[in-house]
Formats: sequence, structure tokens, C-alpha cells
Amino acid sequence: MSNTTPIIAERRPRTTRGGALARALPPVTVIAALLVAWQLVSDFGLVEARLLPSPVTVLDRGWEARDAILANAIPTLQATAIGFSLAIVVAFTLATALDFWLPVRRALLPVLVISQTLPIIAIAPLVIMWFGFGLLPKVLLVALVTFFPLTISCLQGFASADSDAEKLVSSLGGSRRTVFRLVRLPSATASVFSGLRISITYAVVGAIFAEYAGAVHGLGVFMQVSKSAFRTDLVLAAVAVSSILTLILFGIVALIERFATPWLRIERGQKK
Amino acid sequence: MTVVPRLEITDLRVGFDSTPVLDQLSLSVGSGEFVSILGPSGSGKSTLLSVLTGGLSAQAGEISIDGTRITHSDPSTFSYMPQRDSLLPWRRILDNATLGLEIGGMPRKQARRKAAPLFAEFGIAGSEQRYPRQLSGGMRQRVALLRTVVQGKDLLLLDEPFGAVDAITRAELQRWVAQMWETHRWTVVLITHDIREALLLSDRVLVLGGQPARVAHEVTVPRTGPRDLDFLTEPHIVALERELYRALLPEASA
Repeated sequence: MSNTTPIIAERRPRTTRGGALARALPPVTVIAALLVAWQLVSDFGLVEARLLPSPVTVLDRGWEARDAILANAIPTLQATAIGFSLAIVVAFTLATALDFWLPVRRALLPVLVISQTLPIIAIAPLVIMWFGFGLLPKVLLVALVTFFPLTISCLQGFASADSDAEKLVSSLGGSRRTVFRLVRLPSATASVFSGLRISITYAVVGAIFAEYAGAVHGLGVFMQVSKSAFRTDLVLAAVAVSSILTLILFGIVALIERFATPWLRIERGQKK
Repeated sequence: MTVVPRLEITDLRVGFDSTPVLDQLSLSVGSGEFVSILGPSGSGKSTLLSVLTGGLSAQAGEISIDGTRITHSDPSTFSYMPQRDSLLPWRRILDNATLGLEIGGMPRKQARRKAAPLFAEFGIAGSEQRYPRQLSGGMRQRVALLRTVVQGKDLLLLDEPFGAVDAITRAELQRWVAQMWETHRWTVVLITHDIREALLLSDRVLVLGGQPARVAHEVTVPRTGPRDLDFLTEPHIVALERELYRALLPEASA
């Protein structure tokens, strides 16, 4: 889960707004078909309703419990946002340092890789033990699962800079810092945004996992409590909310990317 | 009285290890002169270029600009135009054109004011606010030349500037540069492997040859008439073309 392959195909030529709608149709159809199938399985009693409640039941019960779900979604969102911001700052600083100093890169890159081999399942309870049941351990765990893909996407982005452009800027009298600022940094934009899109999806999952391992509030806590009470309907409702949360955050990143990188839209053929 | 050349290279020796790529290379370029350096791939053209742009240092010999010896090429002496346009895709065309000025420390506003009037002359008016990917290869090359010229150093170093565009665009750009030179009389060193391009544009054509390379042959192209479509088919130019061809491919003349 540590690569920076774009989640959505980005190089495909995009044509019109009608085209965007046409592209959205197939996945929406598939999701609708799955929900209908699920509903039918439940309606015909193929699986016990207590084990697998129907989508309509999940929606119904979820709506009834909306106050509790919302109250628990907010701490999760908070941990996600703070942890993700922390990861961005750390990843960017680290990647810049690694880009400038080769010895630092040689020393630290293996350490970063090792940090990703630590099983989060084992680490999370320890982090909770060290830092308590509050916001901090959640923030740290979110940052831990997201900073690595972000760092790698920054590094790859810097490395993708056109060496001819770098030579040109040097020949114009630019220092190494100027080359970084004018060429390497902007070159990384596409890669960084693709890293952001990937890691924002890990971020929410990371926060919920941290809450699972031990917290007072949050969707993870809500899921755990519901599961213990055998309220599969509420577990699934919370799952749906966390998915929606992730999609919204993903959308925000995509929206920022759209406005921050007008030239990329041109390159992808969205604008003539 | 001797006129001090703008650029003078004397007995230059450059190598990566014990075997030099260039040795005993000498040449001079007068003020307002258009000189082409012609050579096949691997003849040492890009090595010479790297020395002039400061990417490599020479083992021996000297390079002088206006009679002053420079030790390790000072980036401020040449305006260098690379083979590929190397426009930065995230900068609008106007901001690409001012790149050199900005790196040189000029405030962006002032740099824009200096570059803006040149757009019309370079035939790219109206493209200022566009992004590089929205321009054709030929237009991008014009922007690259504008970025080079606007620095006002009038010692231009062009590295196969038309190598990356299609043949028709190349022919159009070559004639355009010939016209632009007539107006501005920049001092130009053009690195190329295109004999006709060298003849069309230059006052003198130097052929790199030998291993290690030095200036093996030189022809002077008289400026008798306009450098237009008919120029290349004039008998004395055809003769020069043949001469250069033989200098580049000695075995072909045997």
C-alpha cells in the first residue's frame, strides 16, 4: 500500500462535461446493482437479518442513531485532519531534506521503509498506552500511516524534474536552491497530489483503527460498542459514514488540486 | 590595429579522464558575427558547449570574452538556448520568457515590462497568458529564443535549437532567425549538425573533427544577398555545401 499509482486514471483524454457524467454512470450502476442484490438477499431471508441487515434497515437505524454517529464522527474527523496535516508537514520537510542531502537520504530512507513494516495492529495499542486515550495517539497513528506514501510521492516528484530545465536554470545563474524552487518543487506537484489522494484514504482508516485500539470517542469506538451489542446495522451505518467522510476528503483534495494546478488540466486535455 | 574578438578560445583541452575529447581547439567569434559549429554526433559539440555554459571545466587552454580571460565559465556571459525549449509547464508564457531576468534578480514586474514588448516582434503576441503545452513546437521555440534574447547579453549560444521540431517548422524558424539576426546583429554561436542550417544563418561555419576534436575545417559564407529560399540553391552556396559535406565525411570524397 505504499506506492503512488494514481487512484484514478489521469492521463486519459477528457472531453466534455457530458463526458464526466458518462464516466460516472458505470460505477454508480455497479454500486446500485450491488445494493439491490444485497437488499434482495436480506428480503428473501437468505442470511439472518441480525447478521446482515438490509441496506434499507441500515439506513433507517443509522438515521435514528444520527446524533450518536455524528458526535462520534467529529473526533474521528478531527484526528484525521490534524494527523494528516502533521504528515504533510513532516513528509514535505523530510523529502526536501532527503532531496538536498544524499547522505541523509542514504541514512534515512531504509529507516522510513522499516517504519512501514511495523504492523500497525501491534503498534496502535502501544501508542495508546504511551500517549493515553485522547487525541494525540490518534493523530500520531494517522500521521504514521500517511507520511510514508506522502514522503515517497514528494521524492518521486522532485526526481521527475526535467534535467534539461534544471541545467537551463543553472546556466542562467540559478543556485541549487533556485533550481529546487523553480524546477524541482513545481515538478513534484502532480506526484504530490496523487500521493495526497492515496494517503487521505488511509488517513480515515488509520483514525478509526486507532479508536478501535483504544479511545473514548470516535467512529471506531462507536463501531466497537455496536459490535459488542450485536448491532450490525449500526456498525454498517458507521462504516457507511466513514466511507462518505473519506470520499468527501478525497473530493476536497481533488478540488484543491484542480485549482492549484491549472497547467495540469491543460496537459490532461481538459481545457483547450 | 587588431579588433578584440567577442569570444576567443585558445588551445582548449577538455577530457573526462586521460583521453581528451577536445584538444588544441581554437576559435574566435567577432562582435556581431554569426558562427556555426558543425559536427556529427559524438564530435565533441556538446562537450564544447558544456565548457561554455559552465557545466565542465577545461584541462588546458583559455576562453576569453572581450579580451578578458574567464576561468570557469561565468553564467552571466552567455545567453544559452538549449536544444529542447525547456519551458516550465507551470509558468505562463510571459513568466517563462522572464525566467532568466528573474534568476538574475530583477523583480517580476519589471522583468515582465521588459519582455512584453518583444512578443510582437517574435511573432507570439497574444500567447503571454497561455501555458507552454498550449503552444505549437515552433512557437515554443520562439519563446525560448525570446527568453534567451531578453537577457540583453547579445552573446547567444544556441544548441541545435531547431532539432526538436518538424522539418517544415524548422525551415520556417531558420528563415525567421535569419531575419531577426539582420535586425539585431547579435553575436551568435550556433551548434548544429545541419549543413544547410549552418549555411543559411552563418557568417562562418567551423567543422569539428578528429579525435580528440578540434576545428578541422572552416568556410566563410559571404553575405551577398538576402538569406531567403533561393539562397541555398545559389551555385557558390551549393559548392560550400559540398565542401562542408566532404569535411564532415572525409571517406565520401575518396
